[in-house]
Amino acid sequence: MKAMLLRRVLQLITVVWGVGTLTFILMRSLPGDMAYRIAASRYGQDNVNSEAAALVRAELQLDQSPWVAYWHWLTDLLQFKLGDSLVSGLPVMDSVQHMLGHSLLLALSGLLLSVLIAVPLGLLSAWRGNPLDSVFMGLSSVIRAMPVFVVGVLLLLLFALNWRLFPVAGFGTPAHLVLPAFTLAISLAAVSNRVVRDSAKQTFQAAFYRFSRVKGLSEWQTFRQHGVRNIAVPVVAFFGIQLVSMIEGIVMIESLFSWPGIGHGLAHAIFARDIPVIQGSALVMGILFVLLNTLVDMICLWIDPRGVKA
Amino acid sequence: MMSMKKSQWVGLAILFALLVFSLGGMAFSPYSISQQDLNAVMEPPSATHWLGTDHFGRSMFTRMAHAVGLSFALSLLCMFTSSLVGTAFGVWSVWGGKKVDVAMGIVVNILLALPGLVVVLLFAAIAPGSFLVLYLAISLVQWVEYYRVVRAVTQGVIQSPARQSSQMMGFGRWYQFKRHIWPAISPSVFTLAAFGGANAILTMASLGFVYVGIQPPLAELGLMTVELFPFYSEAPWLLAQPLLVIALMVFAFHLLAGKRA
Repeated sequence: MKAMLLRRVLQLITVVWGVGTLTFILMRSLPGDMAYRIAASRYGQDNVNSEAAALVRAELQLDQSPWVAYWHWLTDLLQFKLGDSLVSGLPVMDSVQHMLGHSLLLALSGLLLSVLIAVPLGLLSAWRGNPLDSVFMGLSSVIRAMPVFVVGVLLLLLFALNWRLFPVAGFGTPAHLVLPAFTLAISLAAVSNRVVRDSAKQTFQAAFYRFSRVKGLSEWQTFRQHGVRNIAVPVVAFFGIQLVSMIEGIVMIESLFSWPGIGHGLAHAIFARDIPVIQGSALVMGILFVLLNTLVDMICLWIDPRGVKA
Repeated sequence: MMSMKKSQWVGLAILFALLVFSLGGMAFSPYSISQQDLNAVMEPPSATHWLGTDHFGRSMFTRMAHAVGLSFALSLLCMFTSSLVGTAFGVWSVWGGKKVDVAMGIVVNILLALPGLVVVLLFAAIAPGSFLVLYLAISLVQWVEYYRVVRAVTQGVIQSPARQSSQMMGFGRWYQFKRHIWPAISPSVFTLAAFGGANAILTMASLGFVYVGIQPPLAELGLMTVELFPFYSEAPWLLAQPLLVIALMVFAFHLLAGKRA
């Protein structure tokens, strides 16, 4: 447990340093004069003159030497001074907090839905075997070949534009959450239902499982007492691996459905070259990644205490 | 040559067909990707425009051929670079002693601390629309996979009596690699390469889709999806093309990989 937590803390530090350094390099390597660029995005391309640029330069202290600037950059980061958006002028901290809430909502509901889809389907295909098994496996192969945004576009076309059941994009009501969450859930479930199926198949064939049937337990009792935990260990561990694709999925889905989360914010900030927002949203995304990983590790240890010693 | 399953041949055949389509389209099409014909906007497939025209009257056949070619170029480049780098570092970190291994471990952990797409997005922010940066960023993310697998397998082979006696008989390192290590790691490397190719295509399309990848007027599958999306009801066959081709390419690479992810 301690070793696991220590590893995660190290990962957290790496994330902060990595994002900080990358965005610093980004800041420095932008073509053209920084001050002019920022002034242009603030006041519009036509209203830029050297006076405005000089103002921006003084305000943001753009004439420091690289190493001094790097040092300031990192120390600011450690104090969670994320600065203000270059475009809107609002503090990054506030907008990032706002975005984090939306992203967490999407991530957790998507994850929950994917579990609700993948576990019954996986168990069913392990239980029933062919031909049901082949049908589900083929279906999941096809969905797996589609990028998340293709799944999203298809759902959007069918449910929002064709049948008009759900709103196309935006947020606010629970109906707005349905399509993004389902898109995420389907793309995650297409991979995890295989893991559930394999794990269940292995457990069903195991000697200990058959023995409990032989000694007289009913099918359901056997499943509850000997099946569930054993099946769950690889499945939960796999959810940890899947977190990467979940975070990546969130970036795409939020952009597609204009969901005001971190991914949407990151993509927009990159497009507008709003570096403090890029840094803030990449940072929060990395922190989210580490936290969810830690959560999965803890659940793994709780389900399978054998891992504590290792 | 390795023996391949039937499904792998199918995957290879699909990829080959797409490659022929792309090369043929680029070589023989009378149109260029940015040549507009505003009198013939969003036309259905016809004899003059085999796949129809988009909202600017540009030939979809030509644009699709270029987009597929771009995807192939990126995925193959990323595949070669990351497999070469990953395999080399993986073997080196086992063979080069403790210090090398620790140093490599630190580098790998830094790269794994962030989800791959976020790293690529950050790099894409440095130079938007640059194919080179996209290629470097995706390779940077992907080589870690090869490194981890190759390192794990090589650790076993290095300790094997066969490899050790080979060393004691005075064979050079290159021979030992060829004779003992490569046969052990090559199946995994090929599988990873096929998945890596699929992932490279997905990543580029994803970046195009959020508008930070390859920039217009170049043709790119993700970008074309966004561009054609507003016209889904007037011209659904146009939107279907990039979507279908992305899915087909990724599916073919998955088939080629043989094993399941």
